Amino acid sequence: MIALLMRDLRLAVRAGGGFGLGLAFFLIVVVLVPFGVGPNSDLLAKIAPGILWVAALLAALLSLDRIFALDYEDGSLALLATSPLPMEGAALAKAVAHWLTTGLPLTLAAPALGALLNLPGPSYSFLLISLLIGTPALSVIGTFGAALTIGIRRGGLLLSLLVLPLYVPTLIFGAEMVRRGAEGLATATPLIMLAGITAGAIALLPFAAAVALRINLR
Amino acid sequence: MELRVTDLKCLRGGIPVLEGVSFAVPAGQALILRGPNGIGKTTLLRTLAGLQPAEAGEIAYPAEEGAYASHEDGIKAALSVRENLAFWASVYGRAMDEAVLAAFDLVELAERPAATLSSGQKRRLGLARLGVIGRKVLFLDEPTISLDRFSVKLFADFLRDQHLAKGGIAVIATHIDLGLEAPELDLQPFRAAPEATGGSHEAFL
Repeated sequence: MIALLMRDLRLAVRAGGGFGLGLAFFLIVVVLVPFGVGPNSDLLAKIAPGILWVAALLAALLSLDRIFALDYEDGSLALLATSPLPMEGAALAKAVAHWLTTGLPLTLAAPALGALLNLPGPSYSFLLISLLIGTPALSVIGTFGAALTIGIRRGGLLLSLLVLPLYVPTLIFGAEMVRRGAEGLATATPLIMLAGITAGAIALLPFAAAVALRINLR
Repeated sequence: MELRVTDLKCLRGGIPVLEGVSFAVPAGQALILRGPNGIGKTTLLRTLAGLQPAEAGEIAYPAEEGAYASHEDGIKAALSVRENLAFWASVYGRAMDEAVLAAFDLVELAERPAATLSSGQKRRLGLARLGVIGRKVLFLDEPTISLDRFSVKLFADFLRDQHLAKGGIAVIATHIDLGLEAPELDLQPFRAAPEATGGSHEAFL
C-alpha cells in the first residue's frame, strides 16, 4: 500500500502528473467570482463559504478520472489485481494519494482565497477545519466513482454525474459549518455530521470500489 | 508444487469460449498454449490468474505463487526503469534484485525514464518485472511481442535458467518458437460449442 501511495505521489509531481491543476482551477474560480458578482463586499462575505466549498468540490472533481484510468490503460491495474496487494488496499491508497495531491493543497490555499472574497474574520479557522475534515470524503467518494467508470472511454462526464450528487451532504454540512462560524453560532452539529460522513465514506467505500474494480477488470 | 486444471470452462463477455480444458504442469516445466487468434488463450490465462471467475471446473496451484503478465506492460512512463521495477518489487514485499537488470540487458537503461524506451525495451522492462516479484507460477500472454531475436533468447534463457530450473512453472501463450523444451497444448479441441440460446440474439435483431 505504501509502495503504491509513494508511486502515485511521485507520478503526480512529475511531468504530466496533474499536480497543481486542481489547485489552479480552485484559484481561478474563486478569483472570477468577485468579477461576476461585482464589488459588493457585504454580498461577497455572505456567499464566500458557499463559493469556497463549491469551488473546492469542483477542483477535487477535476482530477478524479486520473485515479484509475491511467493504470487501467497501461495494464498496471490488472497486474495490481493479481498482486498480493488487496484491491481494497489499492483503492484506499489511491484515495489517500488523491487527497494528498488535491484535497490537502486546496485546504491550505482556501484561507488565502477567503481574503479575496472578504470572508469574515472569525470564520477562517472554521473554513480550514471544515475543508480538512470534509475533503477526504470527496477523495474517497471520487475513488469509488472512478472505479465504477474505468473502461468507459471518455468516462469523465459520466463520472461527474455519478459523483456530484454523492458530494451533496459533504457540501451542505461543510458550507453550513463555515456560515455558522461566520455568524458566531454553534458549529458542533455540522462538524459532527461532516466528520461522520467522512468516517463512513473511508470505512465503506474502499470495499465498494474494490468490488467495482474486480467486476470491471473481468 | 504443481498446476492442475480440471475440466475448466471459461467465458469471455458472457459467451463460453473454452470448455473441458484439463492439463497438469509439474514444477520446473512450462506449457505452451497454441491456437489461432480468438480461440481463447488470453481468456484462459486471465481465468487461471484469477482476474475472472471460471464458469466451471477447477484450478489448483498455491494461490500466493501466481503472477500474470498481459499484453500491456504496466509501465509508468514518468518513472525510470529502476523505479518501475523497484515499485513492483515492493508491492510483492521483496527487495529489488539488481541481477534482473543484467538478465534483461537493462543495466545501461536503468536510470532512463521509461517514456524514452523503444517498444522492445519497454517489453523487456515489463518482462523483467517477473524477475523481481519472485513468483513461481507465471501466466504469460504473448511475452515476446515486439522483441527482437536477441531479446527473445534473453527471455527464454531467463525462463529456463532462472525460473524453471528453480522449480517454477510457466504457462505461455505464444505464436513463435521460444526454444524451450516444453509440451504444447493446442486449444482447438476445447473450443466451446455455441449454446443453444447463443444464436438467438441475431434472430431477435
